[in-house]
Amino acid sequence: MTQLLIDVLREPAKLKHLNEFAWAQLLRQARATNLFGRLAHLIEHQAGAAALNIPAYVAPHVFAAKRLCTAQHACVQNEAQNIAKALLPLGIKPVLLKGSAYVLGNAPAAIGRMFSDMDILVPRDRLADVESSLMLAGWISHIDDEYDQRYYRQWMHELPPLMHMKRGTGIDVHHALTPLTCRWRADSARMLADAIELPNLPGIKVLQPADQILHSATHLYLESEMPNALRDLSDLDLLLRHHSQQEGFIDQLEQRAQQVGLVRPLDRALRHTHAVFGTPLPTSTLQRLGKISQPVLDALYFDAYRCQHPSGKRWWSPIAQWLLFVRGHWMRMPLPLLVVHLTRKALRREPEAPESK
Amino acid sequence: MKLSDLSDGDIRQALHRGLTLRIEPFSVYLQTDIHQIIPELKRNYGTRDIQLSEGFADFKVSLKRPRTFRRWLQPQVEFYQDFFSPFKPLPFNQAYPMFEWGLNWCVASQSHQYVLLHAAVLAKGDHAVILPAPPGSGKSTLCAALSTRGWRLFSDELTLIDPTTGEVVPLPRPVNLKNNSIDVMRRYAPDASFGPRFNDTHKGDVCYMRPTEQAIDDALVRAKPAWVILPKYKPDADLTLTPMGRPQALAALAENAFNYEQLGADSFDTLAQVVDGCACYSLEYSRLDEAIQAFADLSLARLESAV
Repeated sequence: MTQLLIDVLREPAKLKHLNEFAWAQLLRQARATNLFGRLAHLIEHQAGAAALNIPAYVAPHVFAAKRLCTAQHACVQNEAQNIAKALLPLGIKPVLLKGSAYVLGNAPAAIGRMFSDMDILVPRDRLADVESSLMLAGWISHIDDEYDQRYYRQWMHELPPLMHMKRGTGIDVHHALTPLTCRWRADSARMLADAIELPNLPGIKVLQPADQILHSATHLYLESEMPNALRDLSDLDLLLRHHSQQEGFIDQLEQRAQQVGLVRPLDRALRHTHAVFGTPLPTSTLQRLGKISQPVLDALYFDAYRCQHPSGKRWWSPIAQWLLFVRGHWMRMPLPLLVVHLTRKALRREPEAPESK
Repeated sequence: MKLSDLSDGDIRQALHRGLTLRIEPFSVYLQTDIHQIIPELKRNYGTRDIQLSEGFADFKVSLKRPRTFRRWLQPQVEFYQDFFSPFKPLPFNQAYPMFEWGLNWCVASQSHQYVLLHAAVLAKGDHAVILPAPPGSGKSTLCAALSTRGWRLFSDELTLIDPTTGEVVPLPRPVNLKNNSIDVMRRYAPDASFGPRFNDTHKGDVCYMRPTEQAIDDALVRAKPAWVILPKYKPDADLTLTPMGRPQALAALAENAFNYEQLGADSFDTLAQVVDGCACYSLEYSRLDEAIQAFADLSLARLESAV
């Protein structure tokens, strides 16, 4: 049962055989992993292909998820243009990253993609200008804590999250694709320089397809955003499936990973998408990947992909989650810095959350 | 099978394993060992259909006692949807209100198949009146009073609008009365069914008034919005019913929508359609009887104009 969502994403025909309880479980697993929109599209697609009668009790949930997605995508389209407009006087064309890039670039990974915020990439030497222009356009940082502000600015690859004063939309402004203190150093400048302008939306850029995959993989294995791990892996699966229809794409992707220093995250992403979603890969790639052995790390991640909903948890899942969380930090910061950072975080009192109504 | 078909002991056992309660238009799977909620659950939802095996449920919720040392000194209760707890724990004796509030949260945060308004809604025949208003405007009291004077209760707090048809969908759950309005309503409708008073909650004292049998029986019968009325209780004021422009009414609905931003253009279109089909007013009142009369007049005028 724990594998249900993964099974269905991998083989949508299985939807036909679900009973009431399995349907409920499936929707809950999708909600817990932010894959609700994607599942809803998949369900509808199966129904459209006459391979499935959507049960009456499931239909409202599919409808709700699809409406939410449609509205979110419209919002992302809108905000991307607002961001571009704000940066226009600086002569900077923002590069959209991840979800928003898929949506504006009409990538297959846009299907049913849900959002909490938008990520953009800008040149590092223009960061101060970008921040003030966005501030003038209404996006401000809500992080008051000075240490947190410093943490982002000095060590990370992004500004503290900005939120629009009126519309409440969030932006993460990146100036690099990996943290400054990270063990993996992506050649962000090169990836930024090779970004492509969207043909239908001049002024807005996205990374070239191979770089989108490399960044998505890097993000998945560096950030400790475990609830989204399966969604990110599903994004990668869709991107890989789509682009690999083009002859030689995987080869180019592997070469590009060499060039920009992201071989490790790519290899891991290829191994994991192939294992979890059965993403088709060329034999030569599979042979090469077969020689890499990281059984412990793989086991931790395979657990993370399925344990975000309690139905997929095993007794050791919390430990595995913790190990991955620590590892994420370890990857992002050198040890002495990490010790100082975690000590500070541990000693600090959490501010009281506002009373919920 | 109905909830009231079971003895308290059976309900206790069923809740321990988890039971599915049909609260139209939703199904709620509730699991809890807190048997103290059973009398209120039975009083408010006794005539609802239940299912004892776990099938499909829109919301899977549970009430638990946090496993902290505090439980020996000051017992508490926590609400979960699936594995997520959206609220801080409350004192143990507020377990039942927490179930109601938790359910509100589930509906308001996830049921995007509807445009969701923080508004009371009732109907006379096929015509619904929507009462959007911030807390403290006397909306619940007015809604409770109308529901005992020939108006069918849809909800005192959650207006569900089906965007495909523009109809409002009933969710007849108990009316949440607060503070002074508890005694006001007990006097105003002595025959209605009131539960115990829960003191000192974060909303003050609360008490649940059960919807009429008719409102529950007609839970699947939808209605078309006919009026949008912004009520405001003002002590000692004479009743005034002032026509309101449609743009203003639209703004009032949008301001009180839970998912206006989430649904973007869809919610604007739906609410614009609602306002187009409605007569819109703002209402200031201090005496319930007068207010009820004003509603009756509106309903009558509508019937006459239709003839």
